[in-house]
Amino acid sequence: MKPAVEKILDVRDLSIGLKSFRPVQNLSFSVRRGETLALVGESGSGKSLTALALMRLLPEVARIAGGSATFMDRDLASLSEAEMRKVRGSDIGMIFQEPMTSLNPVLTVGRQISEVLRIHEGLDRRLAMARSVELLDLVRIPEPQRRVHEYPHQLSGGMRQRVMIAMAVACSPKLLIADEPTTALDVTIQAQVLELIDNLCRDLSMAVILITHDLGVVGQWADRVVVMYAGRKVEEADPETLFSRPLHPYTRGLLGASPRMAAGISYRDQALVEIPGSIASATMATGCRFAPRCDLAEPSCLAADPDLLEPAAGHRVACPIVVRRGA
Amino acid sequence: MALLEVNDLKTHYRTPSGVLRAVDGVSLSVESGETVGLVGESGCGKSTLGRSVLRLTPHTAGRIRFDGADISEFGDRQMKPVRRKMQMVFQDPFASLNPRHTIGRILTDPLKVHGFGDRGERVRRAREVLDAVGLPKGAYDRWPHEFSGGQRQRIGIARAIILSPQLIVCDEPVSALDLSIQAQILNLLTRMKRELSLSYVFISHDLSVVRYIADRVLVMYLGEIIESGPSAAVWDNPSHPYTQALMQALPDPARRKPRTADLGDLPSARNIPAGCRFHPRCAHATDLCRKEPPPAKVVADGHLAACHYADTDGLRQ
Repeated sequence: MKPAVEKILDVRDLSIGLKSFRPVQNLSFSVRRGETLALVGESGSGKSLTALALMRLLPEVARIAGGSATFMDRDLASLSEAEMRKVRGSDIGMIFQEPMTSLNPVLTVGRQISEVLRIHEGLDRRLAMARSVELLDLVRIPEPQRRVHEYPHQLSGGMRQRVMIAMAVACSPKLLIADEPTTALDVTIQAQVLELIDNLCRDLSMAVILITHDLGVVGQWADRVVVMYAGRKVEEADPETLFSRPLHPYTRGLLGASPRMAAGISYRDQALVEIPGSIASATMATGCRFAPRCDLAEPSCLAADPDLLEPAAGHRVACPIVVRRGA
Repeated sequence: MALLEVNDLKTHYRTPSGVLRAVDGVSLSVESGETVGLVGESGCGKSTLGRSVLRLTPHTAGRIRFDGADISEFGDRQMKPVRRKMQMVFQDPFASLNPRHTIGRILTDPLKVHGFGDRGERVRRAREVLDAVGLPKGAYDRWPHEFSGGQRQRIGIARAIILSPQLIVCDEPVSALDLSIQAQILNLLTRMKRELSLSYVFISHDLSVVRYIADRVLVMYLGEIIESGPSAAVWDNPSHPYTQALMQALPDPARRKPRTADLGDLPSARNIPAGCRFHPRCAHATDLCRKEPPPAKVVADGHLAACHYADTDGLRQ
């Protein structure tokens, strides 16, 4: 075992600060080489901000307020902007939810992929274009020689997302951050894009951070899952464990709330599990942020931040109550 | 008699690049107290169909019967009393509430338009409905921006039920909501249906949500219904290759890292393939499929699939 080599990214106690509160607090997780780690959570969980912090692309009002993110022996949180620019696109690639707004509408897709290659790899125009065609082929866009000269609006949503993926992997990054990469796509296209990411991950021995709100996607494609709620990690496990033995009341609630997870039930037979209230209740400075919505909550839950416990190897949960109950 | 009966409905649009056949010959019925799910991918025409049956979007041809009357050719004046009985809940709870009106105004305006009681009665009714959808009393005097997405969808539902309708078309009512909020809204719709004996047309791209909420499911593809049946039957035994593809594409944690068939992209509704509309994307397509539009075949009691081979064992998975 060489754990130090294994970990390609090691995030320790990462906090993100806005003016008056911390949308992400003391978040720790690591990604191993070739692994797909899912960050799952609802809006307001801080999962996208975490991705932006790793890329050092936080909006101006937000900043990294503490912690570190060690990527191949360098702390991303303390790199200079110039160093960071080299990391982005070359060592770490990123794809976003909405491919239409992330692509430049007035440049051909070939120009846009070429730009990445010319900046990071120093290729000349002709070589970069030839490599762009290869990349379009790699992400399985039919007729890449023709498509390379097309503009984003001429492509379907699924193809645009493939172009985004081609740009993100153009320099064979070690880590790909995919922020809700299929949320805007239809299910049949979603399945193909996720399969493509998984194949590329293997072929290019790339690690992936897959950010999603979709538990089904997590269960199918992730090797490990971090469940986030209001800026904190509440549970971490491999997907099989998480789906068969969820521990945190929030995770349990999510699984019960989803018609997809309870596949085949009907409103005539049973109501869906409701998590009462909304994430807006998570405003306390200390204590478990899920407590206001939790039916197991005790006064102690609000007194101090819950420790992250490890009741079984590799299965961590930030809820002393479920662990104490041994459930 | 069915509450809603739609016969060979067509909604076509003239566009510079040709006629767009959004809804292209759909027949359906909704019984009183029934929830009919309408499922399909973006661009299949499901929202246009929903709006057309409510007469919110002009249809090109076909008949719509609602509550015993043929409303297909009704003018605005004739439609007004009908509109009270058919309502809609929209996908985006941010865009569908006027940000300049208080919740009270949003709820009492429809009552005023339809001549419901005096001011006092209207206010009382609005407060009653707010309570029924689980919003606090104080909501009446507040503004849309003060509410979360889930609460706004509750307001949208309150507005839809305030006139005591018989039918509500719900167009992707939970798609924009977080999972934990989705369940709250689906449970609320279920409770409202029971308490107010409503019928729903529930439009969604998510087969598993439709499986849960609907008694019957219609699967739509390029303007046509390609499969229909009791939701359990369609879920357990999808019989059209397109429905099968949709089912396979649902991310199911029980199937780790699956290979999926590459269906390619949805053809344009301006350029609909001849024969079976699904044939260019279908692994089982034959010459017959390329030439002849398939008739709806009975695969089980009340379960139909518009595929030449739906009743042969080879297609079953």
